[in-house]
Amino acid sequence: MEYLLFICNDPTAPPFDPAEDTTEEWVTEMDARGIRRAGNRLRPADDATTVAIRDGNVIVSDGPFAETKDWIGGFDIVECSDLDEAIEVAAAHPMARFGTIEIRPVWPIE
Amino acid sequence: MTTDPVLDAVAAASSTERARVVATLIRVTGDWDLAEDCVQDAFARALVDWPVRGIPNSPGAWLTTVARNIAIDRLRRSSTEARAVKQLAVIADLESLDEPTAEVDDDRLRLIFTCCHPALPMEARIALTLRTVAGLTTAEIARAFLVPEATMAKRLVRARAKIRDAGIPYRVPPPHLLPSRATGVLAVVYLLFNEGYAASSGEALVREPLAAEAIRLGRLLDALLDGTPPLAEAHGLLALMLFHHSRRASRTDASGDVITLEHQDRSLWDADAIAEGLGLLRAASRLTLERGEHAGSYQLQASIAACHVRAADVTSTDFARVAELYGELARIAPSPVVDLNRAVAVAMSQGPEAGLALVAAIDRSGSLSGYYLLPATKADLLRRMGRRTEAAIEYERALELAPSEVEKRYLGRRIAELTMREK
Repeated sequence: MEYLLFICNDPTAPPFDPAEDTTEEWVTEMDARGIRRAGNRLRPADDATTVAIRDGNVIVSDGPFAETKDWIGGFDIVECSDLDEAIEVAAAHPMARFGTIEIRPVWPIE
Repeated sequence: MTTDPVLDAVAAASSTERARVVATLIRVTGDWDLAEDCVQDAFARALVDWPVRGIPNSPGAWLTTVARNIAIDRLRRSSTEARAVKQLAVIADLESLDEPTAEVDDDRLRLIFTCCHPALPMEARIALTLRTVAGLTTAEIARAFLVPEATMAKRLVRARAKIRDAGIPYRVPPPHLLPSRATGVLAVVYLLFNEGYAASSGEALVREPLAAEAIRLGRLLDALLDGTPPLAEAHGLLALMLFHHSRRASRTDASGDVITLEHQDRSLWDADAIAEGLGLLRAASRLTLERGEHAGSYQLQASIAACHVRAADVTSTDFARVAELYGELARIAPSPVVDLNRAVAVAMSQGPEAGLALVAAIDRSGSLSGYYLLPATKADLLRRMGRRTEAAIEYERALELAPSEVEKRYLGRRIAELTMREK
């Protein structure tokens, strides 16, 4: 099954410590295991643009949806055998310690 | 029991065999809705078939075979081209399904762990466990949790959908996950028991079957976890529930009002349940000793309950030991409620002043604000110290916060007693 991991900030988590940032090791391991399909960091919410069409007009606004603010700092698409494996993969990511990781199953178009 | 042997046999199969049959079908088809529906239909067919052809020697095997055949029929009829290949494989697996074998217990264990997966909301875990493992009907579960049947049905549908769509595995967790996941399963069972035992809202009566059901599940888990590391805690939980349940006949009076531990008629306590619980607790202690581990949270709570059920009356209860056990519990599972209970035990062993000092500290921390037992405990201690006016004020505070009618009546009586004596 394919899962999207949202790498999220969490102000209640211990502050980010660059010395403990093992993201590269995590990427190397998950790539080697054939689990990680894609993934990257995301630019901050200041650089976001929101688009919608209302009454036929393209409405462009600066910034993100209010709810997403600066919460999502990155993403990874992983292929796992089941949710337990996805949980193990997410728990191994350093941002599980300094933030939170939301696991969403990808809903493929049939 | 009815006067109809067929109805009795179907009811008996429903309580002993249903979960196994459902578990087997889920394992083979991977489809929770299909499995539940087919087992439901198999039971309906038993009601028609058994009066005519007689009750089969092995109702479980009969039900499995019939449910399997219904599943094969349904899959064949619903087969679309896109899904045909996958369904053919499932049909082949169903056709080669043998009669229930030794694997059935593994099937049930798999079922329990999946129903209690931490990715499911707690209320869904409880509902799913009651429906799929315990075999209660959706209507029964809805009644026990005081929600409309449609709400409960929706909750179950959503939970099964999440198992499928989020890829929650249908299996007993591997050894490195087993201890933490087993703790989660035990927590669901204990929550279920407490729902039945303490009745968090409304009247108590409708929920009592939940406590009995939780004990049945506790027994099942205890048997299934034999030989695994979480066994000591499974023993502990079962013992704890048995001790609490052993006092059920003495907990309320004829009008349903609460009788506190000190005033309960101990001759009404269920001696068999207590003996069984004490045996389990001894076995749990042996296990933790052998493994060189500290007692877990359920084992400690059961040890505390054992101090109460072993004592002939309140005055001979070893409250110093109770306070010590609460101290240990607070170390492994810190909680202000545990601190409050420790304060009560300290009050009983060292006097109300010592207890009140601890209660006051919890009150100041604010961690239990809104919890009726905090002012109720304070009130009890003040009353024992003869500080009646202050006690009455605290009872009033507790009355405002009490969750159920039964507790409100108890607190009301206490207030009436205090104000009457003052006059």
